[in-house]
Formats: sequence, C-alpha cells, structure tokens
Amino acid sequence: MLNLELVFPEIFLSLSIMFLLILGVFKKDSSKLVQNISLIVLLITAVITFNETISNEKTLLFNGSIIIDYLASFMKIVTLLAAFLVLVISSNYLRTFKIFKIEYPILILSSVLGMMVMISSNDLIVFYMGLELQSLALYVLATFNRDQLKSSEAGLKYFVLSALSSGLLLYGCSLIYGFTGSTNFNLIANQLNSNEYSLTFGIVFILVGLSFKISAVPFHMWAPDVYEGSPTSVTLFFTMVPKIAALTVFIRFLYVPFLNLIDQWQMILIFLSIASMLFGAIAAIGQTNIKRLIAYSSIGHVGYALAGLATGSNDGIQSSIIYITIYILMNLGLFSFLLMMKRNNKYYENIDDLSGLSKNHPLLSLSLLVILFSLAGIPPLAGFFAKFYIFKSVLEQSMYFLAIVGLLSTVIAAFYYLRIIKIIYFDKEKEKFDMDHSLWLKFSLTVSTLLILIYFIFPSQLIEVISRINIIG
Amino acid sequence: MINFPILSSLILLPSIGALFLFFTGSNKENSITVKYVSLFTSLVNFFLSVYLWILFDQSTSEFQFIEDKIWIEGFINYKVGIDGISILFIILTTFITPLCIISVNNSIKNRLREFLIAVLIMESFMIGVFCSLDLVVFYLFFEAGLIPMFLIIGIWGGSKRVYSAFKFFLFTLLGSVLMLVAIISIYWISGTTDVVQLYELGIDVKYQNLLWLAFFSSFAVKTPMWPVHTWLPDAHVEAPTAGSVLLAAILLKMAGYGFIRFSLGLFPVASEIFTPLIYFLSVIAIIFTSFIALMQEDMKKLIAYSSVAHMGFVTLGIFTIQQQGIEGSIIQMISHGLVSAALFLCVGVVYDRMHSRLIETYGGIVSIIPKYSVLFMLFTLAALGLPGTSGFVGEFLILMAAFKDNFLVAVIASLGVIIGAAYMLWLYKRVVFGKLVNSDLKQMVDLNKSELFILSCLAIPTLFFGFYPEPLINTIEVSIGDLIKVYNMNVTGN
Repeated sequence: MLNLELVFPEIFLSLSIMFLLILGVFKKDSSKLVQNISLIVLLITAVITFNETISNEKTLLFNGSIIIDYLASFMKIVTLLAAFLVLVISSNYLRTFKIFKIEYPILILSSVLGMMVMISSNDLIVFYMGLELQSLALYVLATFNRDQLKSSEAGLKYFVLSALSSGLLLYGCSLIYGFTGSTNFNLIANQLNSNEYSLTFGIVFILVGLSFKISAVPFHMWAPDVYEGSPTSVTLFFTMVPKIAALTVFIRFLYVPFLNLIDQWQMILIFLSIASMLFGAIAAIGQTNIKRLIAYSSIGHVGYALAGLATGSNDGIQSSIIYITIYILMNLGLFSFLLMMKRNNKYYENIDDLSGLSKNHPLLSLSLLVILFSLAGIPPLAGFFAKFYIFKSVLEQSMYFLAIVGLLSTVIAAFYYLRIIKIIYFDKEKEKFDMDHSLWLKFSLTVSTLLILIYFIFPSQLIEVISRINIIG
Repeated sequence: MINFPILSSLILLPSIGALFLFFTGSNKENSITVKYVSLFTSLVNFFLSVYLWILFDQSTSEFQFIEDKIWIEGFINYKVGIDGISILFIILTTFITPLCIISVNNSIKNRLREFLIAVLIMESFMIGVFCSLDLVVFYLFFEAGLIPMFLIIGIWGGSKRVYSAFKFFLFTLLGSVLMLVAIISIYWISGTTDVVQLYELGIDVKYQNLLWLAFFSSFAVKTPMWPVHTWLPDAHVEAPTAGSVLLAAILLKMAGYGFIRFSLGLFPVASEIFTPLIYFLSVIAIIFTSFIALMQEDMKKLIAYSSVAHMGFVTLGIFTIQQQGIEGSIIQMISHGLVSAALFLCVGVVYDRMHSRLIETYGGIVSIIPKYSVLFMLFTLAALGLPGTSGFVGEFLILMAAFKDNFLVAVIASLGVIIGAAYMLWLYKRVVFGKLVNSDLKQMVDLNKSELFILSCLAIPTLFFGFYPEPLINTIEVSIGDLIKVYNMNVTGN
C-alpha cells in the first residue's frame, strides 16, 4: 500500500467519472458543464501523471501486476492529451447532430481509464480488465449517433468482432497461464525455458487478439466500416487513442515475458507489418469516402509501427513510439480539418467534396497539403522522420526485406495522398465551406500543421524524451 | 567574414523570401510587389553566390565554407560545404532562378504569388542539394524538391498536367526510396553519414555493389537515363515554361552531381564494375532518344528528348573517370542548363503568342520576328554543339575521354552528335524558315524587353564559355583531379 500515490491518476479519474455520472443525472441540461469538467479532469490527470514521472524510474505495484515506468507515463500523457483534444474539437460536430450529451465525455473518460490500466498492466488479468473497460466504452461511442443506421451498424459490427477477438485473447491468456502457472509478466518470463513451443500457441492467440484491436492485416476487416459509420468525432478518437494503449500492451507483452522467444514471434510481427503496409496502401487507392480512406491509411501506418516492434531492440521500440506520436499529431490535423468540412451545417465526407478547395480556402488547403505530404512521408516534414527512425532501426537488424517492402509501400501510399492533393489543388472549385469553426478546432489544426512543418528544425527534442524508455535490460 | 554562414544564407534566403510572400495579400494589386520581392530575393542570392565564387579557393580540393552543427544528437549533423564541383551548380541555380521569375510575366496568369513561393522554395532545396555534405541532409533536400515541382506542374501545367505530375512524383519517389535504404545502411556499416568522413574511411568493398545500385536507381530516374526517362517528356510538355526551365536547367543536374559526388566518391570499386552498364545505357540514351526526338511534332517534347540525349553524354563522360571526361560532363551540364533553359523559354515565347507548341503551326516566321529568330538560332546551334558555343566544349571533352577509354562507345556516341544536329536543325528549319504556313503568324510580335533580356542573359555565358571555358575548368580542375586520384587508388589498391 506504500506506493498508492502512483496510481493516483487512475483513482482520481475513476472518482471523477462517478461524480460526473451523478452530476449528469441529477442536473438537467448539464452536458456543457460535464464536458468542461471532463476536460479539466483530463488535464489534471495528465499533470499528476507527469509529476510522478519525474521522481519515478520504475515501480511495480500490487504484487507486480501494475507497472509504472517511463513508457507508461509517456503513453498515458499522450493518451490523455489526445483525448482532451478529441473532446474539445468535437463539440461543434456533436451539436450539429444533436448528440451533444453528457454520456459522450463520460464514455470517453471511461475508455481513457481503461487504456491507462492497459498501459500500466504487467499482468494478463489486469491487462484484460483494462481492455474490456475501454472496449465497452468504445462500442457505445461507435453507436453514439443512434438514430443513424450506419452508426448503429458500426457499433454492432465493432461489438461482435471485438468480442470475438477478446475471446481469442482470453483463450491465449488461459493457455499461457496453463503452461507457466502465472499471469504475471515477470513470473511468466521465468518459466519460459521448459515449454517454449506450447507457449507459442498462447502468444499467437494473444497477438491475434491484439492485432484486432490495432486493426493490423489480416484482422482489419472491421476498421473501414466502423470508421465510416461512427460519428466523425468518434472516428477521430478511434484512429488515435486506442492505438496508443494497444501498442503499449504490444510492447510490454512481447518484450517483458517473451523476449527470449523472439524467434517465435518475430516472423509473425514481420508478416503483420508487411501485410498491413501493403494492404493499407493498395486498398486505400480506390476509396471515395475520406473516413474509409483514413481507415485504410491507418492500417498502413500501424504496419510501420509494427515494423519497429519487429526488430526486437530498444531502438525499434523507441522508433515505434515516435512513429505513433507523430502519427497522432498528423491525424489530429487531418480530422480537425474533416470536422471543418461542412456547408450550411451539413457535414461532407467524400473526397470529391474537397474539389478545388485551394481557391476558396488557400490557408486551409495549405495546411492540409502539409499534413498529407507528411502522411505520405515526404521530407522535410515530420512524417518523413517518423518513417526514417523506423527504417533506421529495422536496418540496424539487417532486415532488408522489411525495409524495402515498407519503402515501396510508401510509394504506393503516396499515390492516394497525392490524389487528395490533386483534388484540392488541381480540380475545379465547388461551393465554399462554412467558416464558423470553434477556436479550438482552428487551434488544433494550426498547431498540428506548424509542428509537422517545423519538426525538422528540432528533431532531437522528441527523441530525447523517448530515449528514456528502455524496456529491454 | 570567414565565420559568416554564407552557404546556410544561400539556402535560407529564398525560403525567407517565400515566407515574406506568404504574408503579403494575394489580391491582384499585389502582383507587382510580389514579383519584385521574389526577384529581389533571388538576385541577392545570385550576387551572394557570385561573391562565394570570388572567395572560393581554386587551388585545393578540400571542402570550403564548411558549417557543421549537431542536428540529431549523436546521429546526424547538419553539414554543408562546397568544393570545385558543387560551386558551379550553385551558381547555375541562383542564375537561372531570377530569370525564371522574370519570365513568369507572360506565362503565369493566375495564382502568381503561390507560383513564386514554389519557385523560391525550390531554389532553397536545390542549393541545399548541391552543398550538403551529409547523406541524410542530402536526401532530405533531394526529396523535398518533389513537393514544389509537383505543385508547379500540377497547378500551372497544361491539359494533361495531372497525369504528368503524378508520373513525375511517383517515378522519382520510387527511385529514391532505395537510396534511403542505402543511406541508412551506410550509417550502420560505417557509423556515419558524413560525406567527408566517409571519403576518408571508405566503404567496405563487399557492400559497395548493392549500395551503388541503390544510389543508381535514384540518380538514373532523376538524370533521366534510358529506360526510366519516360517521365521527363511528359513533365516538360505539361509544365509551365518556368517550370520546364527549372526542371531542365537544375533538377536534372542533381543526378549528374550525385553520380560524381557519391557514386564515384563513395563506391569507386563498384563504379568500376558497373561502368559498362552506364556506357551501355548512355549510348542507348544518346542514339535512341535522338531518333525519338527526330520524330516529335511537339517542340517541347523534342527538346525534352534532346535533354535525355545530352544527359546521356554527361553520364558517359562521368564514367570515363578521366580528367577531361568529368570536366566535360560538368561543363556539358552547365551548358545544358543554360541552353535547354533558353530553348524552353524560346518555345514559351511563341507559345504565349500562338498557344501552340506544335511544329506544324509555325513556319516562315523569320521575317516576322527576326530578333527571336536570331537568338533561337544561337541556342539551336549551341544545343547541337557548334564550336564557339559552350555545348561544343562539353561534348568535345567527353568524346575525347571516351575515345581513350572505349573506342566503340565513342564512335557510337559521336554518331549521336550528328543525329543531334539533324533534329535541332530540322526543328529550326521547320519553325523559322520556309513558307508562311499560317496567316495568323503575321500578327506575332517580336521579343519584348523582358524576353530579350532573359534570352541575352543566357546567350552571353553560352558564347563566353564557348570561346573561353577557362574559368569553369579552373574551378573544377583540382577537385576532379583529386577525386580521380583517390578513385584510382581505391580501385587498384583492391
């Protein structure tokens, strides 16, 4: 009980969620109030988490089932900030669809709580608990626009497939427990030698379950439909926040108990990575709906992050974390823009609706240009550096095939990003979009664009922070 | 004065100008201000680079004006510096850009401000390419140039602009990603990406072949060499005049520069092995594309194909690995930079008046626009390598070196010169001489002041260096001499 203050962020967050629920129920028309309080709660949690990072190197809590280290703190802070921004820029969108309700911020808060538990988990059961908490909240969020058929469909699909994957995951957990006699990551690590091959079964099942959550090929089927059907603000949440937590679990699960079995899982990860990169790039070409396109592009990006994890080195892990951080930044910019795409209070989602945007809104399209080129990985923008670090660590391990396939798929992927740029810049203009956006929306678009643009001037800062994350040894 | 970061200023100045343009309003009244601001920036840059040439010490092959700052801790340094090989390209860049900016007067009607921003940013990147002394920094500039060029072709181009812009972008990107793999591999093999250190350390022979091929894939697309040259005619035809000029005069030179600096400098053993491949591709480029050029009906396309042929001479010269050959290649590149820029501008001049690039539209315009005809003739002759023009010096040196190295290749390449003369002269004959085919042509007005100024600016160095190439050769002589010395040491040493 000595180090209870280290889980204070989680405790604070859960108490706040309960408080907000009660507040929401008893006070009429309190959605705005609840929203504002949740924003403050997210910020306070982030600050507390940040504070504990400074003094703390690595601590195990509750019989080693919870771990607090740099990786956990960094990922938690990124999650909290991303959730904060999602919440703050989605309010206008929600109002337009008349779904600006108290449940929205509360559901986001609870899924964030689940993710924080996942990020800190050092035990299969704790990890599963966190995963289910976040998933349950996400199912409801996907159907949040319940009057719309597509949204309900998305939620149902997500629920069924996600439940299936959770089942597989649990099965894997039970196998591992059966062979090692423990659910704790560190204890599992000690039991490895005796039954290497049987454990591989467990690892495969858990990897399948996790790949589902981060939508890596071939477990990606749900992503395009769910991304398209969910309200845009929820899609934004889906593309950014759960990926952080799932990636952290990926890192911890592979590198803490099973580092010595790297020969068993490395090939799986390389396959997942190559399949995601190639499939994401090729399948996105034919899309006409931006949200679907983003779904495929996010599949591709997950492939790059997995390539970093496949290396089995600290450099690789760090490059994956850098990748996902920069990816979140780019996605934030992209979605801020998506939430601005409305004419006469009607939101548009087709790529063709962007036609000739550059003539009507030169600044807006310029920032979109920067974001898209960055997503395509063209230097000197931030997206290039993200890929650069990944390939640097991949090539350190002499995995040339992975690197070359990865880079070739960036060329394929460049095609569909260029297509959007073509539509924005080369095609005939359509009607103007409304320009009455909230200050936060403009703020997040501007800031993400600027950060992407000037990242090359200060590339060392982010690396410095992330280089403190050392999982291996 | 020695501490003044002159190279970084050269790189940054155009971008600062672009930033300034970005903050000026985009309304019509501003178009003159916008033009003068960009012209002023590029001119300052030009004079700065000339000043650089004056300060430049020709007696050493060491890199000069080196700036070395930590960029990514423990990994990459931002390192720039120049030697005899790079300085000429920098001056070519800073010389062509202001001319491009003056030339937009007639061709670019809408979104002038954005166009000039793209051109200035392009200039920044190009200068960066020529003076970066770190492979990653080089790659960064090399690739970044794609963005403005893609927009220039795509926004201000002709009717098939989308296709051409995509082709340009994807071809070059596909070529360069392999170079990125090679660059990172070099980092893991040698522990650094600093070019100067790599020159000293050398790269393990067993890796050289693959690395050379990876670099080659990028440079071959950019040069462009046969058979990956197909993006060039499309890009040239669709790009606006100023875009074609930038593309032909500067962008194509990055690859030639890359061959000398990286392929020869870093992978001498592999270069020796792959020389026959380069000879083969160069000779095909010279003969094959010259024949294609002969058949073209579109003037811009013809000049584009002639560019491929000329770059064939350049690659041929570089891989003779002889003093004259490489000197000839560099002079050929500079000369091609001036002449092809001028030829594209010449096409632009008649296109602005008649809105057609087809050769059959024209004919017999010599008496209508005499000044134009004279200048056009000068550049036609320079393109086919008439003695007294800079085109001759380069081709002559290259062929001389080629004869020493491989008789057959040299003979075939010389035949290419004849075909070159054929298509250029035939083009000139059909456009300028003959009967007046079209009564509309009578309305054409001769060169206006700015056009005359631009073309004269290009004509003067073309003639000057044709008669007196000494300043160019003096600048590059020592650097190339040492490069070859090191090269031969590496090849025979193993």
